[in-house]
Amino acid sequence: MLSDSEKELRIIGTQINYYFICKTKLWLFSHHIQMEQESELVSLGKLLHQKSYKDEKEYTIDNLISVDFIKKRDCLELHEVKKSNKMEKSHEYQLLYYMYYLKDKKGIENIKGIINYPKMRKKVTIDLDESKEMELMDIIKDIGNVINNEAPKPVKMKICKKCAYYEFCWI
Amino acid sequence: MKKNYYLLSDGLLKRRENTVYFVNKDGKKPIPINKIYSIYAYGSLTFSSQAIHLLAKEGIPVHFFNYYGYYDGSFYPREKLLSGDLIIKQAEHYLNHEKRIIIAKKFVEGASKNMEKVLKYYSLENKISTILLDLTGCNMITEVMNVEGRIRANYYQKMNEILPENFKMEKRVKRPPENMINALISFGNSMVYSTVLSEIYNTQLNPTISYLHEPSERRFSLALDLSEIFKPILVDRLIFYLVNKRMLSEDDFEKNLNYCLLNDKGRKKFIKEYDERLKKTIKHRELNRKVSYKRLIRLEAYKLIKHLLDSKEYTPFVMWW
Ligand code: SF4
Repeated sequence: MLSDSEKELRIIGTQINYYFICKTKLWLFSHHIQMEQESELVSLGKLLHQKSYKDEKEYTIDNLISVDFIKKRDCLELHEVKKSNKMEKSHEYQLLYYMYYLKDKKGIENIKGIINYPKMRKKVTIDLDESKEMELMDIIKDIGNVINNEAPKPVKMKICKKCAYYEFCWI
Repeated sequence: MKKNYYLLSDGLLKRRENTVYFVNKDGKKPIPINKIYSIYAYGSLTFSSQAIHLLAKEGIPVHFFNYYGYYDGSFYPREKLLSGDLIIKQAEHYLNHEKRIIIAKKFVEGASKNMEKVLKYYSLENKISTILLDLTGCNMITEVMNVEGRIRANYYQKMNEILPENFKMEKRVKRPPENMINALISFGNSMVYSTVLSEIYNTQLNPTISYLHEPSERRFSLALDLSEIFKPILVDRLIFYLVNKRMLSEDDFEKNLNYCLLNDKGRKKFIKEYDERLKKTIKHRELNRKVSYKRLIRLEAYKLIKHLLDSKEYTPFVMWW
């Protein structure tokens, strides 16, 4: 079982991700209106992860399973694997949040975030500095504002077609 | 793709690893767990507790029907999708009379318009839309129910004109049905009720809070509410099809002095055609996507959720073809 703080960690991580993707999705997810099916994209993501990083030893800190893998070198590396090749804000801030959590709540110094784009054979390193931390706090506050208001009306975007909420939003 | 499994004979459900087996006098049939959407049990069914554990874990409802083919009850697994916020809204719309009656009227409106479509397909004049006008003036649920009753009376009367001589109905008798057409309607309606319940299970809606029917009427009264909209589409049209194409005959019924039921052979035919209809797809106008008839029920649940969350007013599904 996950402890409450671990659950919260994962939920906020997802919320940060959705905050950048779609406010309607953020609202619905936060009010526990979740869709039953795992979308095909999710499993594709999993597959990609297994294929490209087969030999990485998967282990977790604090059941922090939303991070795809962790490496301990001279510093602690949190790795995320992404299938799209765009560097997206949602990925960056989700990872920043986990780094912030480990630093703040667990007292782990020297953390690095790395987003892997196996399709492009590219890695992007993310550092948590003070200004990023401040920004992160603002985002979390704004997430609260979105959730505590009326459900935002959906706005049609390209990604809707692949979103698990598609039918819900557009019926 | 997950499927509905219809178990028509007596038997036993057993589990071995991630497969359940249906064992009956003809042998043992495996059903992989990730293939099951819902189970409909028409014979008497014995369960191993291991099987129940697995069905519960995977969130698979099982619907039980008695000797007459009536709905008896369901194994409704512990909810996987729960939203406290939505349950509160659902209750609020029940407790607030004005809010409740809005939804109740929409269910009657949707059901009636679908009945009208069924008759229109056979070019039958009817009074449904005229009676429906009376809905506007209703302030009480009983009045709404009354309008619904009058529409249904007109509908059943007209239905007779579509049916061949030996299938005509004198009056609608529910329990137990005393003629073939009543037997078919009762059998079909309890299937729709179960199908709707399975759809509700896969949403955050609580099946016990309803608007048109009283929550005390049946345990899962919201399934009664939503069934109204789909009964004309899924059951009545199917009956006309089966009867007029002579796919069902007197041989498919078991008759007794005071009741009439579909026999095994008849049930098999009915269930097969019913399931095929659920899987049949149409291109959805708003979604611009293909959806199955079964999915239409889920979409109806989504629309209700949106209404409850104040994000879009509910309009009932009416066939557009
Ligand atoms: S379908 Fe579109 S609007 Fe709706 S939640 Fe998904 S991305 Fe947002």
